[in-house]
Amino acid sequence: MSAAAEERSARAPWALTAPALMLFVGVLLIPLAMTVMLSFHDWGQYKGIEPVFILKNWHEIATDPYYAEMFWRTFRIAILTTLLTALLGAPEAYILNRMSGRWKSFFLLVILGPLLISVVARTLGWALLFGGNNGLVNKLLMSLGAIRSPLPFMFTETGMVIALAHVMMPFMVLSVWAALQRLDPQIENAAMSLGAGPATIIRRIVMPQIMPGVLSGAIIVFSLSASAFATPAIIGGRRLKVAATLAYDEFLNTLNWPLGAAVATLLLVALVLIVVGSNALIERRYAEVFR
Amino acid sequence: MAYLELDRVAKQFGTQTVVDDFSLSVGKGEFISFLGPSGCGKTTTLQMIAGFLDPTRGAIRLEGKDLTAIHPAKRGLGIVFQSYALFPHMTAAENVAFGLEMRGVPRGERAERVRAALAMVGLAGYEDRHPRRMSGGQQQRVALARALVIKPSVLLLDEPLSNLDAKLREEMQIELRQIQRTIGTTTILVTHDQNEAMSLSDRIVVMSQGKIEQIGTPQETYEKPASAFVSQFLGKTNDFAATIDRTVSPTQLVAGSWRAPAPAGLSGPVTVSVRPERIGFDDAGLTAKIVTRIFQGNHWLFQCESECGPAIVIRQNDGQAQPGEGEAVHLTWRPEDMSVRARAGA
Ligand SMILES: Nc1ncnc2c1ncn2[C@@H]1O[C@H](COP(=O)(O)OP(=O)(O)O)[C@@H](O)[C@H]1O
Ligand SMILES: [Mg+2]
Repeated sequence: MSAAAEERSARAPWALTAPALMLFVGVLLIPLAMTVMLSFHDWGQYKGIEPVFILKNWHEIATDPYYAEMFWRTFRIAILTTLLTALLGAPEAYILNRMSGRWKSFFLLVILGPLLISVVARTLGWALLFGGNNGLVNKLLMSLGAIRSPLPFMFTETGMVIALAHVMMPFMVLSVWAALQRLDPQIENAAMSLGAGPATIIRRIVMPQIMPGVLSGAIIVFSLSASAFATPAIIGGRRLKVAATLAYDEFLNTLNWPLGAAVATLLLVALVLIVVGSNALIERRYAEVFR
Repeated sequence: MAYLELDRVAKQFGTQTVVDDFSLSVGKGEFISFLGPSGCGKTTTLQMIAGFLDPTRGAIRLEGKDLTAIHPAKRGLGIVFQSYALFPHMTAAENVAFGLEMRGVPRGERAERVRAALAMVGLAGYEDRHPRRMSGGQQQRVALARALVIKPSVLLLDEPLSNLDAKLREEMQIELRQIQRTIGTTTILVTHDQNEAMSLSDRIVVMSQGKIEQIGTPQETYEKPASAFVSQFLGKTNDFAATIDRTVSPTQLVAGSWRAPAPAGLSGPVTVSVRPERIGFDDAGLTAKIVTRIFQGNHWLFQCESECGPAIVIRQNDGQAQPGEGEAVHLTWRPEDMSVRARAGA
């Protein structure tokens, strides 16, 4: 191959990826860099944003316990949501996988269908069911005399976790489902022929093999829950803020963009560290299952 | 006295009958092969013995006891799956130990038996490997050790060698036979490879479309095939249309210009089957012309066009001169080398 041709073929991949690369740089990297820079700017009620380099916002986040509490709440909700989806989603995927053809595709559709409906609509559904005295379920239970006052759901962390778990469930089910597809179809028969009962088969044979799927589903659900906006905004409102709703408020209500940028940047950095760290741990731990 | 007995076993999926009227008596220590083309119901039959499928009709007995009443986990059979179905998250030793663990064998004895089982299949020193880091042949051996370590009453093998390359397959065949001879476990092997069935088994069950075509020793099924299917499936064969002429005395079997005294009990149109290596060239016999002649080292392969249709002839390369392509020859064989069946539909 001539030098010119070699050069041409070396340039070709770049040329071919250029459009996507430009889009990536233009709509992701540049705004991201600008957000990070913004977090170091100053802001005042009357003077607006001043493009200077100070640590005021970061200092405020580090010292004001309000932010510590808010971040802790964000991650507590994300962790509980992840646990709930794993506890319900893994068995759900397993049962689904054991169904026969027709039922399997029907229930897969039932599980994935909600992905086609807006998160806002799905969360509003919960609000309609449990929202205060007028919530459908609350009304029903109260008229039946089962409860005296409405079940607290709106503006509670429990409510947020339940609604988020509902929204995130398909991701967990899909992830475990993918892991189940890689199981040898005869593996449970093999364990059974060696004398293992159903509980032992699940605990000793199936669980260890789908664990990578559960964990990667957990990473997806955790990062989506920690940065979720719509569900916490509707269920938590302005009383129970999480990182995403706080950043939103700073940007659009207080108009303190630099502080909002600092909150958003911190959330992003924390999430990247957690996701990359746990992914590395999982890959090391399950090297022999993945290979 | 039958050790394992299948009595008119049948299996239906919906309206499709996959195994029908399957009766077989297996003696203790015997090596049996289920041989047949893909989809003929071999795996289904094996899975009914294993208990993963319930027979629609019929009974399966082990030492006179009804096996179908026993849960698969309690049957104590050793099974090697076509995909091996090893536990990928466990080491070779943990895989083999699993069955012993389920039986509550104490730790010390367990370790000893696992070591012995892995050594028996030639995998000493591989205890701590994970299956994904082993070759196909090694995985196959782990699967065999895992099935044998529990001292199963019957060993069931579902196409255990079909994923190995030809050379390794031959090695494993010899090894499998030696291991089975040494420990004397009653074994049922499922295969679609007639060479494998013939070189390993005491008896072969030839199956076609869910039915048994023939049960016999490898030699019997090869030399006295009970049906056209068996003779076609077990190696190459020549089928010639012939007639039995009862108007002359003594009665004669006539295939073209080849004739012999007729066997008893048959008359009218028949089919004569002769293996290619049993046919010789002579001055008289079935008139034929050699179409192609292929040299294959230790033997010659001739494709001929005879007066009763195409014929294949195999001659040992014994240094004698052989006829060339286009030459007119006469094919002959000894009457005891052929099998004669009534011709269907004639
Ligand atoms: N679970 C099942 N449901 C319906 N049909 C099946 C099932 N399992 C096997 N079959 C059918 O039974 C026939 C025999 O299958 P199998 O026993 O696996 O054949 P073999 O092992 O001889 O290749 C095939 O036609 C197959 O399609
Ligand atoms: Mg099969």
